[in-house]
Formats: sequence, C-alpha cells, structure tokens
Amino acid sequence: MSLVNFTTREITCKIVYYGPGRSGKTTNLHYVYGRVPESRRGRMVSLATQTDRTLFFDFLPIDLGQISGFATRFQLYTVPGQVYYNATRRLVLQGADGVVFVGDSQARQLDENLESLQNLQSNLLEHGIDVRTVPVVMQYNKQDLPRELILTPAELDDALNFRSVPSFPADALHGQGVFETLKAISELVLKKLAAGSPA
Amino acid sequence: MTSALNPKFTFETFVVGAANRLAVTAGRTVAENPGSAYNPLFIYSGSGLGKTHLLMAIGHSAKQLAPQLNIEYLTLDEYVEAFHAAIAAGQGDAFRRRFQNVDALLVDDVQFLTNRKEMQAELLRLTEALQQAGHQIVLTSDRPPAEIADLDERLISRFSGGLVVDMGVPDYETRVAILRRKAEERGARFQPGVLETAAGVEFPNVRELMGALNRLVAYQAVNDTPINAEAARQVLGVVGSTEQGAKATATAAGGASPDEFSQFLTDVTVTVGKAVEAWRARVAEAVLRWEGEGYRTGRLEKLLDHDSPAAVDEAIASYIHDVERLKALEAEVGTLDPQAAGDKVFRDPERMAEAEAEAAKVRDGAAPPPAPSGAFPLDSYAAGASNDVALSAARAVIDAPGKKYNPLVLAGHSGLGKTHLLNAIGLELMKKKGAVVACLSTQDFVDELIAAIDGDRVDWWRARYRRATALLLDDIHLLAGKDRTQEELFNLFNQFMDGDRQLVFTAPAHPNKLEGLEERIVSRLEGGLVAEIGDPDRAVRRTALERILSQQKMTPDPALLDYLADRPTDSVRSLTGVVQRVAEAAAAQDQPVTAGLAREILEGQPPAGGRRTTGLRTSGLVVSSAGGVRSREKMVWDWPSASDRVIEDLR
Repeated sequence: MSLVNFTTREITCKIVYYGPGRSGKTTNLHYVYGRVPESRRGRMVSLATQTDRTLFFDFLPIDLGQISGFATRFQLYTVPGQVYYNATRRLVLQGADGVVFVGDSQARQLDENLESLQNLQSNLLEHGIDVRTVPVVMQYNKQDLPRELILTPAELDDALNFRSVPSFPADALHGQGVFETLKAISELVLKKLAAGSPA
Repeated sequence: MTSALNPKFTFETFVVGAANRLAVTAGRTVAENPGSAYNPLFIYSGSGLGKTHLLMAIGHSAKQLAPQLNIEYLTLDEYVEAFHAAIAAGQGDAFRRRFQNVDALLVDDVQFLTNRKEMQAELLRLTEALQQAGHQIVLTSDRPPAEIADLDERLISRFSGGLVVDMGVPDYETRVAILRRKAEERGARFQPGVLETAAGVEFPNVRELMGALNRLVAYQAVNDTPINAEAARQVLGVVGSTEQGAKATATAAGGASPDEFSQFLTDVTVTVGKAVEAWRARVAEAVLRWEGEGYRTGRLEKLLDHDSPAAVDEAIASYIHDVERLKALEAEVGTLDPQAAGDKVFRDPERMAEAEAEAAKVRDGAAPPPAPSGAFPLDSYAAGASNDVALSAARAVIDAPGKKYNPLVLAGHSGLGKTHLLNAIGLELMKKKGAVVACLSTQDFVDELIAAIDGDRVDWWRARYRRATALLLDDIHLLAGKDRTQEELFNLFNQFMDGDRQLVFTAPAHPNKLEGLEERIVSRLEGGLVAEIGDPDRAVRRTALERILSQQKMTPDPALLDYLADRPTDSVRSLTGVVQRVAEAAAAQDQPVTAGLAREILEGQPPAGGRRTTGLRTSGLVVSSAGGVRSREKMVWDWPSASDRVIEDLR
C-alpha cells in the first residue's frame, strides 16, 4: 500500500497486531480507542464471537490530523489468533507497514507464542515479504499476572525475540506499555519511509 | 592560546532540524574534504543557535577522519590576544608561520572584527595564505559578512567567496527533540507533555530553551512529586495554551488519560516531520555537492521553493544526467579547443541547449588535420629491391601502427617516391576504425602554426594534431631553423610516442646528415627505423613505367617498356620526364610511341630496321669523364631552357 502520497499529501500507516489467541491484541486496540479523542478516531470495527473472541478482525482508524502538511492516518488492525483462521490472518497482513507481535507472557503459552511467530513469518512469505524487512516490535502482555505464572521480559526476549527488535512489557488491560508499543512501531514505520522508501 | 575542542560538541550531539540542516550538511562536507569544498565556510546565526557547537563538530569530525590534520579552534578575541602577545614579544613572524601551517582554522565570533583595522588586515593576509595553500577556514559570526560594521571590503569579498550559510531558530519539532536529548543527557525524566509545553514556547534561541529545561529540572528536584504539563506552564510563565503541544493536550482533554495520546501525537509529528523533510535534505545535499564542483544549481534550488516535491528524486537524477552530459561535452571540447572548454555554459545545466550548440560550433571549427592524398594508393607504389626495406617497414607500420617502427623515417633523395609511400601509409592507416591521420608537408605544418600564432589559436592548433592517431610529415628537413615549430613537434612527438601513436617522416637523407634540426629531434628520428630508399632498380622502373604510360594513355608496348626500363635513372621522377619527352616528340612527328622512336629521340639514332629487344648494350649509354655511367638525355637536361633542349636534340 502507499505509505506516503505526495500528490494527495497523505500518510497512511497500516499496523497489524499479531499474536496467539487471547494474547491481548484487541485489548491493545480498545485501550488506544479509549485514549484517542472522539474527533480523531473512526468507528472501531470489531467482529467478535459471543465469547468475545475475535472472529474476523478489529479495525481502528486514527486520524492524527495535519502533520507537516500531510493528512496522517493510522489504521490499526488485529488478526484472529486462533489457528484455524489463518486465511483471515494472511488477508489482514496484506499491505501491512508494520507488525506488533503481542505475546502472552504466561509460561504455559510459550509454545503458542512460538507457533504464532512462525505463522507470521510464513504468512509474510506468502505475500513475498521477508520478515526481516518489515518493521516489527514485540509486546509481552499480561506482565501484571503473578510472577510464578509468567516469564520475565528478558526470558521472553531470549525465547521469542530472535531479531532483537524493540520489545515492551505490557499490561494492556490497564494501559501499561500500550502507547509505548504503538509509538515504537510508528517510529520504525516512519523511519523506513525517511530512509527513502516512499511508495 | 588556542582553545581545546569541547568533546561534547560533535555532530552526533547536534540536533538537526530544517533551520540548520544546510549549515550542518556544509559543515560535514567541509570536515570530510577540508580545503576543497567550501573555503572559507562562513556560518552565521543569532546567539545561542549552535554556531560554536557546529564549528567544534567540524573540527572533531575532520580530526576523526584524518587524525594527522593540524586543526586550530579559537575565538577571534583569543586570536587578537595571541597576536598582540606575539607582537609584544617580537614574535610576529613566528605567530604568522604557526597559523599558516594549520590544515583547518576554525575562528569563532568574527563579528568582533568591527573597528579592528589592524586585525582585519592580519586576518585578510592569513585567509589569503591559507586559501592559497589549500587549507580550510571556517568562520562563525552572529551576522553575515556584509553586515559586520566597518569590515574591509576585501574581507567581505573573501568571506563571501566560499559558502555563507545561516542557521535559524529551531522549529517546534526540533525544540522537542533538543529538550528530550538534553533531558536524557542529564538523566531527568518528565511526565508526558512537560517537555512539549516547554518546546511550545518560542524561545529565540537554544540557550534560553536550555534555561527553561534547567528551571523544570530544578523545580522537579525541589518538589518531591514529578512536575506535570500544567505545572510546567506555570514554572515557565506560559500564559494560555498557544503552543502546539498544549493544543494537542487540550484537544484530548476529554479522554481519561489525554497525555498518552498527545505525547504519541507529538512523537509521530517529530518523526513524520523528519520523514517528509528528508526530500529537502536530499535536495540540499545535491545543491551543496554540485555547487562545490562548480556547477550552477538554480534548478535544484527551485525545488526547495515547493511545499512538497512532485518528483524530487527524478528531478535530481535528471539534473545529474545533465551535469554528466555537460562534463562529457566539456571534455570533448577540451580536446578540440582547450580555450573553449572553460566556457561557463558547460557549468550550467539550465543552459544545456547552449552548451550543445557551443560544442557543435567547436566541433565544426575543429577541422580534422590534413589527411593523406588519395592519389597515392599503396598498390600503385612500384616495389623493387631498391625500396624493399622501406616498403616492408611501411607494411609493418600499417599492420601495427605505433608498435613496431615508431617513428619510421623514409630517407632518400628527391623523386624516389617517398611522398607516395608516406601518403600510401596514411591511406592504409585511415582504414582503421577511429583513425585520424594527419598527413601533410612540413611546409604546410609550419605555415599552419604561424597562422595559429597569428590568430592566437595555438591551443586549438595543438589540439587539432593531438587528436590524430598518426602524424605523417613530408620533408622533415624543412624544419631547419624553425625553432618554434621544432619545439611544437618535439612536444607532439613525445605525446605520440607516449600514446603509441604512429609517426612517419620523409627526409632527403639520414636524419644525422640533416642540418638545422635540433639534436633532440634528430635523436628521436633516429630512435625508430630509418629506411633508406635507393635509386630505382629495373623492377621499380618497369612498374613505374607501366603506371606512367597508362596515365599518359599510351599502350605499354613490351619492347618500349623493356627499352625504357633498361635505361638507368636516379629517380622515378626523371623517368616520368623521359616518357613525357618521348610522348611529346611522337606527337610532334605524328607517330606512335615505339621503342625505336624512343631510342631515336633519346639516343639521336635512327630506328633500327628490325624490331629489336633492347638491352643494356644498345641503350646509348655514354661514359662520363667522371667514370660514372649516365644516359645522354640526362646531360642535356642540365641545359637551362626547354627550347634549347629541343634544338640540341634535333641537331
């Protein structure tokens, strides 16, 4: 997708929150939604099951207004985490400018995290994209759970963060780490643009 | 005397924004190529906007890239003080020598030159000396050179001769970036929105911005609770919320935790600002680069007038394409007419059409050097034992020009076909791809040079011959006494030899027997192969006769050919004279040209009754008193006029 359009003077960033089921992707979006002034946010589209599991995807458009003369918009998406929705994940991933991988910090979820990371890599490859070329940040969610249940950010880095991308401990439910993560991925995406890759 | 560079003032710690990007780029360029890019580099800005930081950063960077460089940083006041101390100690010359030997001189605050005539003269002299030696000078001031009161015009002109660049007040995004970096350096942490509030105040310079940060740090230190945006506003005495950061905060005030979003917005604003401004940086860098190489950059500068780039990369690529074309044109013109190559039109990509036209004009004006005559093809050159060496050398030269016999000198007296062979070599060499063969008589060569000197076009004349891939000069002995031409030929000679380009000359005798030629020319002529051509032997004579008779439209009767070929002659030219004489007599008697008639005319004997194949014994030779064998007609040729000769023949 076109990240920066000099003709229409628009910047549009598509950021996809990826990760295993129940890791807190939608929670991230809900928190952001709650902090964005009404005038700047679009309607959050959320297709959820009766048990609040994401069925298709969440979509939150944010209008950041005119920045340096460019109408700047962020589009935040989540993918359904469950294994059997892979086609949807692949579809949502198409044209992503950056990916936030929301990992579940619980020790028992480590395998799901790994599986989802591998799934991210293979889905990107399906689109002909090398995961190493896409801006990615890691968020280790649910750090508010009892210590004995979770892995520390350092342990999670060791287990999941093979590329040493920026990583953030988070408690998305209460907002800790949510904006830090969003800020980090935004900077990576925009810096990639500054490095001379306007579409 | 000289201040040390502050280790904190480097490019890495310098926050770059739209207002100072050009100055920083120029500074980096100078640090990378001291003395060659912008010299002097004059940076000016209001107080507290980073002049000293940038000046020291240039010093650090230059030193880092080339540790052997001798770099001096000092303020103008320090310079003045040192100068006065040196004068007082009677060490004025030592002081001057010391500064003349620095590789890069960084002088801060030159605005204090006002009303210091003596120092102005000293600095002017130093600037000239440093520039001449290719050493870099970087100066800073709080105003442009022309606005420094009472500054010597010559200094203004010197300072303005390099690059004069200013630094403006940082914009909001840059102020935020500066505050964050400085807060981080000091280990101070603030709540979201605090630094943005400070950045929202339009301080006139960075120093005051730092003052604001100091107040915030101090306020937070004395209060146990972290300061928030509202408190920051009170600390800094900000009335209302006119600044951008505060605006964003106010907009988001309805949210549960509005600062998170406003801070995010600020972050994104800074990042986007950098991203979309990157094109301006690319244009500015291109401008600096090509301006540094001496090209006009108006076309690129116009790009900066736009709010957004339509296609900045394409525009820069197109500019570079045009500059490359100009370079090619200038190089081409330089080979044809070095004087024309200096034309400004070859430095202005906005005048491409003019540059093309100028190059075309030079191309048209630069006629190729004289080519060999088509009247002397190699296959009509009569071969025989007498010119065997010369002919085989000629063939070797044609096969491998510049490689085997260089130079080749064809020596022999007049009328032996040296000119023919010279031109024949030239014609064959011209068949090679890309060959430019200069083939002319030495007299023409001399005359051309005189005309070039007269028309002040010697460079053009030289360039014309330097283009040639082979130079063939007939009658090199005519250079005798012509010192200037010998000088020019000597230089050409060396260039041709260096480039393995072929040289061929003809001379009436071996070069060491030629008078009036400089020793250096003679020795060079002897350095290749001197092929001497002897008097034409029978085979040469017969072949030459066939050619002459066919040129005269006469049937080459074998008996006639044999008879004439048997007659010894010292040159092909005299053979031509003989044939002409026989043909004219035959025409006068209205008879066909036969061997008998020829004998009658040449020997004064009536034709024999029977047809005879002539031999040496019947050729009417006479023995001269000197003991040599000469034909009778040769003797009468010495007579002064043609009518006398005819009368004598008819006697």
